[in-house]
Amino acid sequence: MSLISVQGVSKIFRHRKQKSLLRDHLRDMVSQSSNQEEGFYALRDVSFTVQAEEAVALIGANGAGKSTMLALVSGLAEPDTGSIQVNGTIAPLLELGSGFHPDLTGRENLIMNAAILGLNEKQTKERFQAILDFSELADFIDEPLRTYSSGMVLRLAFSIATHCDPSILIIDEILGVGDSNFQGKCQHRIEGLRKEGKTFLVVSHSTYTVRNFCNRAIWLHHGVVVADGPANEVADAYEAFMVDPSQPLPGNLIREAPPEAPVTVAAKGRRQRRSDR
Amino acid sequence: MWTGDYFYLVRKLVIKDFTIRYRHMSLGIFWSLLNPLVMMAVWTYVFTTIFRNSIPHFPLHILSGVITFNFFTVAWQSATTSVLDNAGLIKRNPFRREVIPIASILSNVPHLLIQLGLLVVFVFIGGLGMNIHWLWLPVVWGLELLCLIGLGLACSAIYVVVRDMRYIVESINLVLFWVVPIVYSFDMVPERMRPLYQFNPIAALILATHNIVLQGRSPSTILLAKLAAVSVISMVLGLIIFRRVERKFYEYL
Repeated sequence: MSLISVQGVSKIFRHRKQKSLLRDHLRDMVSQSSNQEEGFYALRDVSFTVQAEEAVALIGANGAGKSTMLALVSGLAEPDTGSIQVNGTIAPLLELGSGFHPDLTGRENLIMNAAILGLNEKQTKERFQAILDFSELADFIDEPLRTYSSGMVLRLAFSIATHCDPSILIIDEILGVGDSNFQGKCQHRIEGLRKEGKTFLVVSHSTYTVRNFCNRAIWLHHGVVVADGPANEVADAYEAFMVDPSQPLPGNLIREAPPEAPVTVAAKGRRQRRSDR
Repeated sequence: MWTGDYFYLVRKLVIKDFTIRYRHMSLGIFWSLLNPLVMMAVWTYVFTTIFRNSIPHFPLHILSGVITFNFFTVAWQSATTSVLDNAGLIKRNPFRREVIPIASILSNVPHLLIQLGLLVVFVFIGGLGMNIHWLWLPVVWGLELLCLIGLGLACSAIYVVVRDMRYIVESINLVLFWVVPIVYSFDMVPERMRPLYQFNPIAALILATHNIVLQGRSPSTILLAKLAAVSVISMVLGLIIFRRVERKFYEYL
């Protein structure tokens, strides 16, 4: 059974010209063009599935839709068309330490962040010591977070994030925080989780990480999947393309109208609910 | 899919908010007691010495009104901005978004309990005691919280797409002060306005508190029914609005 199944997903971002003031909404209400907005495809007809124990990398240039894809799979946003099914618990580690507050102590932040990541009281108690040990911050845990160096904050955040035991980890460029010593420890921890049979969906700009950590890579180019295959092959093709962008893109790309060209979309009534919610 | 424990998360968010608020105050909760006391003293002076009135237990009348009104307005305003204030959290974590405005309202409750404790002290100083009707207090406050959560859900969602919402709420609160019986009593409200007046959820709560604490009787059934109706409607509408607007959060935050 596939853990993540993405079928024909498109996501359109509308160009909002500062449309969060009352006068904009009033203007929309009275003007004729209220149903038409300019937008662009952040993702266009993307399909893939991820099986258990795979480590899949999403690669591509800035603005290719990688982070949007992660947000959709994590359930943070909804696709405009298509469906996404996820079987399993997800830990979206898109930003380390979300909800950290500088005035709270390390301990208070740890407990708060664990609750946000979905740990309950019992689980937090059980794992507290492991998290603390891994972060190597035992001496500072009752100091306010504002007295921590940025490396220490990241160490704490990384420890919490990797101890919440999900079946699928969604990671946006965090494979390595702190000094080189701690970075090694992070690598080790992530690889340990990988060996335990966790499934990974990661975004990375480092083809080194992609080759060494992932077994499969999906290359997104302006919101379209141009390649999906073994990590090494896709990374090779991607690197060659980055060196010389005039090269033709790999096989299954349809080089149609430039994807940046604005599309006109109906602002209302095109939404399709995610099937699993 | 977020599989955590929502009650635990809300509890932690409430504690977090409370801790942060009081950490930098050397006198801690003293400040939350001082504000209503000052208002009680000033208004009692103004409305007994400058404007004469014959409302019984006037200082208590004001204190119970001020505590209720302040709680309502502060909780409503903090809930309204809560989703936007926590944009980072919401954009990166897939828990149900309703948690944020609900926690924001509930984090004002510890503060409220401290002030209600103050009210109890003054009730005894004023020579009034507790009575069996005090059992109504948790009921009317529960209904009020339901009403506030509905309002908070609706306004916090709308604030994400219409940034003027915050000022609208602030302006409504300014008007609202004069539509609740704090510096006057319900008897002074024109007779034909009274049935409508009772639909105002804060007015209804203050009236019920006055009934229970000052007059030692249970609130009228009609008042309770109106408060309950307004609260349930607010909650249902709030949820509907929140769920509709929620889909736009990712793009607007």
